[in-house]
Amino acid sequence: MKKLLKKVSHLAAAVALATSALGAGQAQAEDTIKVGVLHSLSGTMAISETTLKDTMLMMIDEQNKKGGLLGKKLEAVVVDPASNWPLFAEKARELLTKDKVAAVFGCWTSVSRKSVLPVFEELNGLLFYPVQYEGEESSKNVFYTGAAPNQQAIPAVDYLMNDLKVKRWVLAGTDYVYPRTTNKILEAYLKAKGVSKKDIMINYTPFGHSDWQSIVADIKKFGSTGKKTAVVSTINGDANVPFYKELGNQGVKAEEIPVVAFSVGEEELSGIDTKPLVGHLAAWNYFMSEDSTKNAAFIKQWQDFIKNPKRVTNDPMEAHYIGFNMWVKAVEKAGSTDPAKVQEAIIGVEVPNLTGGVAKMLPNHHISKPVLIGEIQDDGQFTTVWQTNKVVDGDAWSDFLPESKPIIADWTAPISCGNYNTKTKKCSGQN
Amino acid sequence: MPFDFSHESFRQARHERNQLFTVRPEFVEGLIPSFSNNPILIRILLTDMKSSLAKVCFKLILLVLLYVPGMGSAEDTAAPSDFAIAISKLATASMQEREAAVQQLISLKAPRTLPILQGLLDGQLYKLREGDKLVLAKQQDTGFSLVDAASGDDLGIKESTDIQKIPLNNSLRARLRKSLGNLQLNSTETAIRIEAVKAIAKVLDEESLQLLRDRLAIEQETIVQDQIRLVLALEQLNSTTKSPRIDAINLLKNHPTQEVVNRLNTLVEKDDEGNYLETDSDVRNKAKTALAAINSKISLYSGIETLFFGLSLGAVLVLSAIGLAITFGVMGVINMAHGELMMLGAYTTYVMQQLMPNQLGAAVLLSIPAAFVISALTGIGIERGIIRFLYGRPLETLLATFGVSLVLQQTVRSIFSPLNRSVATPEFMSGAWQINDFLALTWNRFYILIFCLLVFALLLQILQRTRLGLEVRAVAQNRNMAKAMGIPTDWVDAMTFGLGSGIAGVAGVALSQITNVGPNLGQSYIVDSFMVVVFGGVGNLWGTLLAGFSLGIANKLLEPAAGAVLAKILVLVFIILFIQKRPRGLFPQKGRAAEN
Repeated sequence: MKKLLKKVSHLAAAVALATSALGAGQAQAEDTIKVGVLHSLSGTMAISETTLKDTMLMMIDEQNKKGGLLGKKLEAVVVDPASNWPLFAEKARELLTKDKVAAVFGCWTSVSRKSVLPVFEELNGLLFYPVQYEGEESSKNVFYTGAAPNQQAIPAVDYLMNDLKVKRWVLAGTDYVYPRTTNKILEAYLKAKGVSKKDIMINYTPFGHSDWQSIVADIKKFGSTGKKTAVVSTINGDANVPFYKELGNQGVKAEEIPVVAFSVGEEELSGIDTKPLVGHLAAWNYFMSEDSTKNAAFIKQWQDFIKNPKRVTNDPMEAHYIGFNMWVKAVEKAGSTDPAKVQEAIIGVEVPNLTGGVAKMLPNHHISKPVLIGEIQDDGQFTTVWQTNKVVDGDAWSDFLPESKPIIADWTAPISCGNYNTKTKKCSGQN
Repeated sequence: MPFDFSHESFRQARHERNQLFTVRPEFVEGLIPSFSNNPILIRILLTDMKSSLAKVCFKLILLVLLYVPGMGSAEDTAAPSDFAIAISKLATASMQEREAAVQQLISLKAPRTLPILQGLLDGQLYKLREGDKLVLAKQQDTGFSLVDAASGDDLGIKESTDIQKIPLNNSLRARLRKSLGNLQLNSTETAIRIEAVKAIAKVLDEESLQLLRDRLAIEQETIVQDQIRLVLALEQLNSTTKSPRIDAINLLKNHPTQEVVNRLNTLVEKDDEGNYLETDSDVRNKAKTALAAINSKISLYSGIETLFFGLSLGAVLVLSAIGLAITFGVMGVINMAHGELMMLGAYTTYVMQQLMPNQLGAAVLLSIPAAFVISALTGIGIERGIIRFLYGRPLETLLATFGVSLVLQQTVRSIFSPLNRSVATPEFMSGAWQINDFLALTWNRFYILIFCLLVFALLLQILQRTRLGLEVRAVAQNRNMAKAMGIPTDWVDAMTFGLGSGIAGVAGVALSQITNVGPNLGQSYIVDSFMVVVFGGVGNLWGTLLAGFSLGIANKLLEPAAGAVLAKILVLVFIILFIQKRPRGLFPQKGRAAEN
């Protein structure tokens, strides 16, 4: 009943928004380039996605101040898919057919990306997806500016294994596609490294889980055998707060059982009292605390734009920063916003990232990124304790899963395929 | 104790020396504090030396004046500048060099080492933004009160923008903890010494074993002696002869800790071919029986732990459901905005903490009445504004209150932003009550359990003993008859709804301590709340209590075997089946009132 009501209300909201967006669109002058922003502004994901919407508005605003693109002003078209996965697809279709946007920046959860994927492929649109994800995908129409597993999960495990000498592993995650796939890859990777099955504990919890007592007690027991233990956490969003609180209360110290998280960034930490978490780890490709001139300028620009000197920046924001700059460069290179031309032009485009390096768009539509591992400090920031000495290329299909090992993605001629089997030399239509 | 060096006599010596050489007072920073039983350590920090002649003479005099046994003279002369170097490295160097600096500080054993390292570990070591001077800072109402880390001098109060924290990483933190444990072994406080021995036991190596043996030789307190003997017994298990090993097992058997269990487990381990790694069968059998005894204790503890987890989950369920038990159970109103009333309570806690940033504990306590009032007023507003027009029409009530819940959520989102707010846990509610190595009860859950029982008892008293309670029960039983008896049913409806809503607000205060404070807080509890009320029997508070606790315990019993997701599903399935069999819940209302 509640679900149904929710749907009805979402639909009503969607209709209202659509009409208002339509009205606004007609009022605008014709010679603008439209950029779609597809992030949830209400519902459970609003907490994370609202920030990305604001980031896009800031980037577009800045580009317009620089004189726009190809002599035209950019115009943001913001829609609200309301954390409702099917609505993502409807909104994407609306952006591409009604508003005729040149590119869309959006989505957070993998399930929302999977939902819009057929729409972008059917209508040949461009989607820039800014969040770390589980891999095993490469679409002609999607550019993955977040981290693939080999740019986040695998290096983090390597760090724990080599630097912290971890012998026992807890893979804890929220029960949905990203943690399940990531943990599948990690389990295969750990086993390949000689970790026995009894030294791996896998645990899934529902979205928004709040009672972590027994799980934390189990982790404590699992880690008390004398062998160094670490928790690799793919726990999503909200559920992290009670999880970390429980860790702190049960006295699980970072020196004894460190937790390395893939979904906890500065933004999430700003809602937590971080004192009990000091020393726990996170693996990202960007930290707000990174010391570079580009980053300092970006933070200042963001805090000025949002008019709050305490607002933090985070990794997906950097991904949008890179993605947007890549798109701008590709459009300038192609001299057109035509998706087909941009798709061709963008491969090989290099733009500076915020950590002082260079990000490059690869033929598999992923980008190169440095991998950073940071420890949580009591001011809610990270101190980088380890980083790769050069950027790592994103790998769409994991080499650690037997079924995807022979598969590569390459959108340049002559392969031009997102799912190419190097053994059978065949391109599967599936992305 | 070779000879005591009182503060007074030192000052005297310094005064005489100053007169002799007419050096400036800051020439020498004398440092007296000592680690209790050690010989007094005295280090002189030479900051500024103008004349090398004065320097030589000064050192000679010092050696005569201040020489104390237990300190090498060569090290003595090198120490001050080393100390200064280590200090400045600590302030400015990179993380790797910082580790080296810490190591150096430890090996110097300077009197300020302990406070500096303790400050570093506790996150109180800062440096001044200007001049990189290392300071220990404590947060005060007006700013940070600073103490010069190197000398211990008071530097007054500064703004937080003037200082910068010295960052730490895990390996450094672990090393600090260990070194501090070694240093604290000689503390004057018995409790600190015991903690230090326990800390050392977790990271045993040759150096720390030696420290423990040395300490045992001079230790006076029997509790500390016993504690040290236990740790040494772990080492004794490695002995080559049989009898000390058997003795060690006998001793350890009665003092089980995690380290003991791990060590004993290694004695009964088999290799890949099924042969025991331990060749001595007597030791092995002894270890086996010891382990069996310990394990039966551990399983008892883990049983208690599970029970506590279940009770505390149950307490949360009861707290969130009990307000609903009044509005839904007594009044028959399906209030979908119940969760949002809890959310308002949680946000009240946040606002109170913002208003009283220095008294977090008091803020949480004051939030309880504040949240009650705010949620109760909102509830009365909802009842007077909407629900009273819809009595007897459950579907419309459901839709209307669902709308209200969305409005409340969006209001909070607009006022406080969609991001979660951070509610700090006061000191007395964080951490755990460590009963022994295998059993610890977390304080926040413990307090919430007690709080839940208090709220329940209070509510029961209100319903049983007060005029309002009597009227509420009367209206619930037969509205028309109550009206005929002169009870103002409208007023009673509003008050009942206010009471239920207020309790929801109070539950929100408790929830703010264990979960996210955000606009969606209420949604995650509303389904559970209805489940508890329906399972317990509509209109019965005792049923709600029992249902909440039994669902909590059932969930926690299932969780280890089935996992969190499946456990929840199993509990739901069970409730559905139960309702099929007993549609009116655990404690159905009986008599004529139930027929309506």
